[in-house]
Amino acid sequence: MAQVEPSSTLYGLMAEFDTPTALVAAAERARLEGYRNMDAYSPVPIEELNEALGLRRTRLPMLVLAGGILGGLGGYGLEYWSQAIAYPMNVGGRPYHSWPHFIPVTFETTVLGAALCAFVGMWMLNKLPMPYHPVFNVPAFARASRDRFFLCIETADPRFDRHATAKFLESLHPVGVSEVAP
Amino acid sequence: MAGSQEHPHDGAAGASEGALRMTPAVIAPGHTFESVTDKISGIVLTKRTPIGWFFGFAIAFAFLMLMNLTIGKLLLTGIGIWGNNVPVGWAFDIINFVWWIGIGHAGTLISAILLLFRQQWRTSINRFAEAMTLFAVACAAMFPLLHTGRPWLAAYWLLPYPNTMGLWPQFRSPLIWDVFAVTTYFTVSLLFWFTGLVPDMATLRDRAQSRAGRVIFGVLSLGWRGSARHWHRYEMAYLLLAGISTPLVLSVHSVVSFDFAVSVLPGWHSTIFPPYFVAGAIYSGFAMVMTLAIPLRKFYGLEDFITMRHIHNMTKIMLVTGMIVAYGYANEAFFAWYSANPYEGYMMSNRMTGPYGTLYWSLIAINAAMIQLFWFRRVRNNIGLLFVLSLLVNVGMWLERFIIIVTSLHRDFLPSSWDMYAPTRWDFAMFTGTIGLFLSLFFLFIRFLPAIAIFEMRTIVPQAKLQPEHHG
Repeated sequence: MAQVEPSSTLYGLMAEFDTPTALVAAAERARLEGYRNMDAYSPVPIEELNEALGLRRTRLPMLVLAGGILGGLGGYGLEYWSQAIAYPMNVGGRPYHSWPHFIPVTFETTVLGAALCAFVGMWMLNKLPMPYHPVFNVPAFARASRDRFFLCIETADPRFDRHATAKFLESLHPVGVSEVAP
Repeated sequence: MAGSQEHPHDGAAGASEGALRMTPAVIAPGHTFESVTDKISGIVLTKRTPIGWFFGFAIAFAFLMLMNLTIGKLLLTGIGIWGNNVPVGWAFDIINFVWWIGIGHAGTLISAILLLFRQQWRTSINRFAEAMTLFAVACAAMFPLLHTGRPWLAAYWLLPYPNTMGLWPQFRSPLIWDVFAVTTYFTVSLLFWFTGLVPDMATLRDRAQSRAGRVIFGVLSLGWRGSARHWHRYEMAYLLLAGISTPLVLSVHSVVSFDFAVSVLPGWHSTIFPPYFVAGAIYSGFAMVMTLAIPLRKFYGLEDFITMRHIHNMTKIMLVTGMIVAYGYANEAFFAWYSANPYEGYMMSNRMTGPYGTLYWSLIAINAAMIQLFWFRRVRNNIGLLFVLSLLVNVGMWLERFIIIVTSLHRDFLPSSWDMYAPTRWDFAMFTGTIGLFLSLFFLFIRFLPAIAIFEMRTIVPQAKLQPEHHG
């Protein structure tokens, strides 16, 4: 009980680094140690972290493709339905279904559908907006948006142990290790 | 380009005016994560607004008020206050629309196309160029909306929604294509711009001294915390938005050119129009980016971030696109002669020697002759001269639209309907008013939002490179 109780009031342990290189190395070491429920925080995107943390490819491109297809079909469908079915009107003797005229709008709605999906999909998959998150409880974390790099191993990880994990993080030569309140 | 990124210090001498032969770097040497963050966020977070900002904003705001006055007058009186007549049924309202939309194109070109081409120099100019796009499109939209006379009814002519009359917009008309192109363009540009701003909002949230600043930037940052998982999807979304915007930006001015090219009027009915309009749009857009960048880097001391490399590259793009535009002029003249169509031939001789001939030759002098100065490195290094030339380019592009629209309309097929067009003072009030709107928005933007993308600047400082010996 004594070991479980404190960690239940903890979100995780966070190590602070001052270079992107140190963060990537730390993430790789932590993954080799068997930690999985962890995240890295940085002021710049670091491509190497994807591999170090074992991130899977995002589903976003498929969402964007679906959005584009829906947008295109929607745009063309709207034109066909309104010009040929809802209110057929003879304009200069052209057929009601004068498809070449419908292409520019179809193109634009395809782009619009894809862009809206890219935007909404990215924020939804990232679960943002999220006004509160435990990592903000660490005072040093304010520099995560400026010049510092953080690795947080969460209590949710099966291998998490308050003392052993803290010791492991210390062994990575961080600037500091802090406890993250939930 | 990649070469100088590997050795950012090589550009050190190039940043000074003396070393003419070296290619300047995209960022001055010696910068770190801290220095770029503090410098750019400091402009927003400072409590002391520069006195020059108030001076500039006051002038811009005065013109914005002139625009409001003009709109009030227009709504009370009707569009008869404009110089439009028969046969020149649309003039300033479409000239200025095309002019503003064109200016907007550089923002998306920089943010999307240059991203796909991995052009590192886009990084320090993309944010304010995208803002410029949004403001320019907002100015452009004023003209067709107000030309309807009753803008609150515009939705029912322009947007497809089920109304009690069962009527739908005419989808065979380029004007409706334009509505879809411009609204899509504005929406996608806004999404792109806001997406780029979010990590910077988090930086400002974490660095703001005042409670108001923390709350406002906190809300705008959406709770961004720089998580690797988030960055992963974020970078993907950014790349996808760039890929989507690239054909979009080329389509928008093509669709604008269809407004003319789909008609059967001599001087408009031409297949050269879409590429010629797109090139002209990028040309005028870069001129506007230059017009804004030169004072911005000077007054805010941003010469380290907007270096001579940026100025040189923008000048070169203006030279290339300007030459494409000049080719368009030559092509129009050639086909007027080669088609052996008397109406086409008359249109061209009327442009060159008719009542608006002076304006035609002025635009040729600027867009075909003057831009040849950009070949010279001495000119590309002369900031003061470049500022004047960039203003002249936009004058030239405005004249181009005036000539295309007015000279084609005022000499109709029937000589009995020939007339002259002259703008009224309300036309000029509306035009200068939208310049006031544009500049007011831009002044507010540089005061309250980071004018340079902070997180993207961090990615190009030497620190951001992983050290291979420690890696793995």
